[in-house]
Amino acid sequence: MVIPSVPPELYLVLSAVLFTIGVIGALTRRNAILVFMCIEMMLNAVNITFITLSRFLQSLDGVLFAFFVMAVAAAEAAVGLAIFVMIYRSRETINVDEINLLKW
Amino acid sequence: MKIPEIDLYLIAPEIIITAFGFLVLLLDVFLPKEERKGYLGIISLIGIVVAFLFTLPQMRSVKSGFEGMFISDGYALFFKITFLIIAFLTVLISIGYTQREGIAFGEYYALILFATLGMMLMAAGTHLIIIFLGLETMSISIYILAGMMREDKRSVEAALKYFLLGAFATGFLLYGIALIYGATGSFHLKDIASYIATKNLLRSPMLLMSLVFLTIGFGFKIASVPFHMWTPDVYEGAPTSITAFMATGVKAAGFSALIRVFFSALPAFRPDWTSIMWVICVATMTLGNIVAISQTNIKRMLAYSSIAHAGYILVAFVAGNDLGTSGILFYLMAYAFMNIGAFTVVILLGKKGEENTLISDYAGIGFKYPLLAASMTIFLLSMAGIPPLGGFMAKFYVFSAAVKSKFYWLAILGVLNSAVSVYYYLRVTVLMYFRESEREITGLQFAPASVIALILTVIGTLYMGIFPANVLSLAQRSIAGLM
Repeated sequence: MVIPSVPPELYLVLSAVLFTIGVIGALTRRNAILVFMCIEMMLNAVNITFITLSRFLQSLDGVLFAFFVMAVAAAEAAVGLAIFVMIYRSRETINVDEINLLKW
Repeated sequence: MKIPEIDLYLIAPEIIITAFGFLVLLLDVFLPKEERKGYLGIISLIGIVVAFLFTLPQMRSVKSGFEGMFISDGYALFFKITFLIIAFLTVLISIGYTQREGIAFGEYYALILFATLGMMLMAAGTHLIIIFLGLETMSISIYILAGMMREDKRSVEAALKYFLLGAFATGFLLYGIALIYGATGSFHLKDIASYIATKNLLRSPMLLMSLVFLTIGFGFKIASVPFHMWTPDVYEGAPTSITAFMATGVKAAGFSALIRVFFSALPAFRPDWTSIMWVICVATMTLGNIVAISQTNIKRMLAYSSIAHAGYILVAFVAGNDLGTSGILFYLMAYAFMNIGAFTVVILLGKKGEENTLISDYAGIGFKYPLLAASMTIFLLSMAGIPPLGGFMAKFYVFSAAVKSKFYWLAILGVLNSAVSVYYYLRVTVLMYFRESEREITGLQFAPASVIALILTVIGTLYMGIFPANVLSLAQRSIAGLM
């Protein structure tokens, strides 16, 4: 069976679409964890771009960068979830609309 | 297989900062609880001084290492010196402050050191991976530091806001980097520039998009309008010592990476980013100054003033000539002294639980604490740009760079903005000297370390105003070879 190869442009389009969904989600969601998940989706969309380009350009740099992005995303998740726990303890909510002590 | 060259001397300052960060973390566990609090700050100070001593001898020559990923040129070293000064002053003002607010944990100092490490990597990286990792090392440390006062609702909220918006901006920065990689096939700044020049990629949509994304990503870090929304909230909520660190260190690091990437990798796109940055620059100055007028909290007012200062620095970035770039280095150094100094006064006048941070609380302190009020006046006048203080010389270089590059409107708008800013800076001074205090400020404890920091910042502000030639000539030598 011959598997038809997917042209690299489509992967780039996929990653652009995922990135856009992530941006829209991060801007419209109200639950802090959902906002954070959308941000993680943006980062992973970028990873798809890196890996596609890396294969397309026949250089390993892009794959390498994707690993660093994953490591950074893991560190960010650790810090971020700790911050969410902290905010839940002090406010009993993680709805970003209700976290509004600081304004103007 | 080729074994990559490893030149550990080149990254000696970074290694020392990291080692002292871990040392502080370890000692935090092993020292008894009562003794450790003061010592950890002093150990961090020693680490910063040692790193500083290893940075200075590198000034003699330009060296690049690690397959061209890391460079120690004058530009990187000037910024490293600035970051180490900022870290030193921040740790000094933290020693008394953390004990008062009950956040004297070992992590606090270790995270300041790690954030400094990230800043140094941002200034010295010539490879987009290094710059990205430096930015994230810095940002993640600061997310935690902003929420250090776990009991205080505002501090926790500041951490949440900074974290969500910072991570969001990271996504944009990364996408920008990915698009540059796609168009040029490299992460090395020099290779990117030469590839663009040889292949004539000036109208490449991929690169133009990446330019936009990079502007967004760095714009968040330097707090330029319209990416400034987090700044006032985070600066108000975070512990005051960390606010000082963010307003000076993070901003300087953001500018160091922004200038390095745009000037070394994307000089061909100067006409394109000049027009974007012109608008951002004017919006940043104007919004920062106008909103600062109506603030009632001193930390929040200084936050808006720091947005305005990012605008002034962008004036020189738009001008883009040698005078402008060295002016930026000078400005960031002068701003470090005057801004950390102002926050030191805020810390010294404060009490546990972030009391006395309203501007109206400053009424009448000119009679009760004449020296504190005098130094606050020096810092505020310096930020307003009154000679003979550091801030005046910094603004002078920045605006004359704009005139030299024929951006007359930018210079005029900058000077007008500067005139507006005099109003809200002088308002605090007038309150301090010409109003009776409505309620007594009593029971202040002046931590000796904070007083030392105050003296150092006053000296720094005055020195950079009265003898600007030394620092400026150093800055001018530093930028050789950047463009």
